[in-house]
Amino acid sequence: MELLDNGTVLSLITFLPLVGALVVGLIPRAQEEAYKWAALITALVVGVLSIVVAFVFDYGDSAKFQFGTDLSWIESIGSNFHIGVDGISLPMLVLSAVITILAIIYSWDHWEEPRNPKAFLILMLLLETGMNGTFVALDLILFFIFFELVLLPMYFMIGIWGDKSPRTIAMFNLTTETRLYASIKFFLFTLFGSAFMLLSFLGLYFNSGDAGARTFDIPKLIEMAPHLSALPIAGWLFAGMFLGFAVKVPMWPFHTWLPDAHTAAPTVGSVLLAAILLKLGSYGFIRIALPILPEQAMQWAPTIAILAVIGIIYGSLACLAQTDMKRLIAFSSVGHMGFVMLGISTMTEAGINAAIIGMVAHGVITGMLFFVAGSMHHRYHTRDMARLGGNATLMPKMGFILGFIAMASLGLPGLAGFWGEFMALLGAFRPAAGLPVGLFQTAMVIGAVGTVLTAGYLLWMLQKVNLGEPKEEWAGHEFHDVDKFEMAAWVPLLLATVAIGVYPRLVLGSTNGAVKELVSTILENLA
Amino acid sequence: MGPTLDYLALAPELALVATLMAVLTADIVLPHAQKYWTAVLSVLGLTVTALPILFLLLSDEGTRTMLDGSYVVDDFALIFKGLFVAAGYIVILMSVSYIESDRYYQGEYYFLLLASILGSVVMASARDLILLFVGLELVSGPLFLLAGWRKGDVKSNEASLKFYLLGVLSAAILLYGMSFLYGLTGTVDFAGISEASERLSHTPAFIMAVLFVMVGFAFKISAVPFHFWAPDTYEGAPTPVTAYMSVSSKAAGFVGMLIVTYVAFPDASNIWGPALWIMAALTMTVGNLTALRQTNIVRLLAYSSIAQAGFMLVPFAVAGVSSDPDAIAAAFGATVTYIAIYTFMNLGAFAVVIAGARYTRSGDIDKWAGLASYQPGVALFGLIFFLSLAGIPPLAGWYAKLVMFSAAIGGGSVWTAVLAGIAAINAVIAFYYYARVVKAMWFDPVPEGHVAGKPEQSRSLQLALVITMLFVIAAGIYPAISAYFGDTVASIAGGG
Repeated sequence: MELLDNGTVLSLITFLPLVGALVVGLIPRAQEEAYKWAALITALVVGVLSIVVAFVFDYGDSAKFQFGTDLSWIESIGSNFHIGVDGISLPMLVLSAVITILAIIYSWDHWEEPRNPKAFLILMLLLETGMNGTFVALDLILFFIFFELVLLPMYFMIGIWGDKSPRTIAMFNLTTETRLYASIKFFLFTLFGSAFMLLSFLGLYFNSGDAGARTFDIPKLIEMAPHLSALPIAGWLFAGMFLGFAVKVPMWPFHTWLPDAHTAAPTVGSVLLAAILLKLGSYGFIRIALPILPEQAMQWAPTIAILAVIGIIYGSLACLAQTDMKRLIAFSSVGHMGFVMLGISTMTEAGINAAIIGMVAHGVITGMLFFVAGSMHHRYHTRDMARLGGNATLMPKMGFILGFIAMASLGLPGLAGFWGEFMALLGAFRPAAGLPVGLFQTAMVIGAVGTVLTAGYLLWMLQKVNLGEPKEEWAGHEFHDVDKFEMAAWVPLLLATVAIGVYPRLVLGSTNGAVKELVSTILENLA
Repeated sequence: MGPTLDYLALAPELALVATLMAVLTADIVLPHAQKYWTAVLSVLGLTVTALPILFLLLSDEGTRTMLDGSYVVDDFALIFKGLFVAAGYIVILMSVSYIESDRYYQGEYYFLLLASILGSVVMASARDLILLFVGLELVSGPLFLLAGWRKGDVKSNEASLKFYLLGVLSAAILLYGMSFLYGLTGTVDFAGISEASERLSHTPAFIMAVLFVMVGFAFKISAVPFHFWAPDTYEGAPTPVTAYMSVSSKAAGFVGMLIVTYVAFPDASNIWGPALWIMAALTMTVGNLTALRQTNIVRLLAYSSIAQAGFMLVPFAVAGVSSDPDAIAAAFGATVTYIAIYTFMNLGAFAVVIAGARYTRSGDIDKWAGLASYQPGVALFGLIFFLSLAGIPPLAGWYAKLVMFSAAIGGGSVWTAVLAGIAAINAVIAFYYYARVVKAMWFDPVPEGHVAGKPEQSRSLQLALVITMLFVIAAGIYPAISAYFGDTVASIAGGG
């Protein structure tokens, strides 16, 4: 099959959104239906292609990069257009392609001020190119380009369509709009991390020369791992990458951009940010940092584990202090990504599998939570939980969905959120040989306390928002319950939540083989 | 018998001389209403100039040498000649409506601009102290006049005067250093100086001579602490002239710096290496931090161009401490690549300033607020160039930053790695002020009471915008285009 050879299908998945963005750009502003359809069709084609890839993918050999190609790109620095998917990137790629479709469907007639659907759709499609590209890139420079490419559309989404309420920045003693503050903070934090990440990539490149030819190629660098880990500067190289990925995840204490960005972003922006963008960081750890510098990964693992559990506890406690529903969900991401990072830090099959299924589940569930939060804000014009209440009475369908997805988020067994948390704790019980067992088991216990706190704040939120009697101020208001666009966007996510919950092999079937190989490569290279 | 001249190798210079004479003659002959023909002549002349440059570059015949090695036409010279001509071309496109609209002296304007371009084209080939100095003065001389072109404007007069005084000061310092060099080595050509520098590299007089020459060029590239003239001059001069100064005159300074350091004093790298390390770190940091506080878009670009010069200096510092010929060649190529990319993106940014100021009627960044709502086209160009300057992929600026970082990390010492770290932090700081302009254009509402100007469309300005944009996008997505510059010239430094 032509389509599946030579990287064609992956190139299409990556660059069709870009073409779609151009097409949307060329359609006159008055023809709103036309460009909405153009955007949706582009996203659908990309989604179908990603599902085709998932069907044809050889799961028996999931550690191998498939459907790839390796073309010369910047010859003078030996950077290639090298792409491919394995069992680790495949679920992320499908998640990214599907969430984009749902985001476009949801947007169909939910445009936030100052509207301008055309520009918003262009940004969404640009974002998709960046996200999909990051998950298929197998060259460090290519990875870097896509990793950075997502910043700009998100910056614009937050900056133009974001929250316009005033916000005082104590440090500079100045008041500005939340959207302006949040957008530049998001960009600067990520740029800061990725600048040092790039320096580390260059360090790997120059030092790979002694073990063969200088290269940015990720699989080749993994082969050179014993040499690279033994370098005197390897610790610095890992530190640079850690900074780049940890800011993106975000890990405590680099997380402060996240609540601001999430809260200020328009609904769809929050969804894409939570569902996909955060995963670029944890994916970077699994794809690049761990296998290329295994020794340093082992040295850093306890630190990462400690920061991860701090993130879990801190995120949960911060949630309990929130009055703004969207901000609460944003802080819950800090906690959930803490579990993902705890899984990664164990350096075990269980832990890394947990991280990936946790990433997918968090993408589906938190994406969904932000959708609901956005829709509720759209109706109540407030996110203040003190004013909400009795949502289940006012809007029974919305109330049910919020309740359901909150249950999934707190890790109820049988729903998607359970596996990531459970397996991460399992991994921490028996971390890779050579890691301090006591520390990880302590982390496990604290993480388990975190699951209780998570349940606590989500139930607390449900109680405040969903249950009880509606406040007096809403008397006489007519509320539209979930509309057809919302239903169309949400049902697939709700189904996925159940499906992954009862049949986790949907994700693990893809990741397991690749993770097994990854962990055994890491352990071999350590010896 | 006089010296033998290679007329093919001299063809670009000859074409330029013919053009500027033709412009001057046309200016005398033409009636006032048809003075715009001088612009057309200049553009045609630059096109003719470009032909032999392209021919020589593509013919691959190797280096042509004249005047006992004082005048060399190699790949390095050709690349820079091409770049200067291209920059001149774009600047003329940017100037046409600007100069025409205010009834300035058109003929003289283009004549002086071409003379300055001629100077930079000569500099690229100069391989002895005298020719280099003459070339450099030919670059600066006409700019003293051009900076004061808006005669009625006090700021423009100030610009011209400051530029003149500091230009003369720097020339004096440069010449002083050069006279020491001649006295010590007994020769003015770089090959001879390079030979002598091996035995002289530890004598105090020689160290002083090298530092004086460095300082002379540091003024031209507006490196900290020799940058104080730049913001005032940039703000006061007519915007197209500012664009030219921030690009070509800076690049000419860098040509001098490159030739002197890598060709004339390769063995004195223990002197200029640390000096340029400090200068690079200072220039980036001071330029960026000061840019943060600017409220005028031209002053912001002035400080940005200082900061960018700091990034261009980073590879020098690497070459100064490294002994690996590959790393030195890569450093040399990195600076050249950076300059090439910077030329296009900075010219584009200035073209946006000219185009946007017609609508906003102000250089105040606050007055640029909401430009996207009534002029999305200009705002889109602004977005592209300002973010390219910030180094955001996939716009060309990212590759410039990449090769600079790559040269620094490839230097392989702690000092170069530290400098790379300083540069990384600076890249983040720089994003903030570039983003401020983008924010004003795209996020902020139109200021109250603002009445947008309704200027005529200027085709030539649009052309300038499109040319620079195409380069910035193409070279960003397919960086092999800009890598070509670095790869082609790298051989000149490898031997050092």
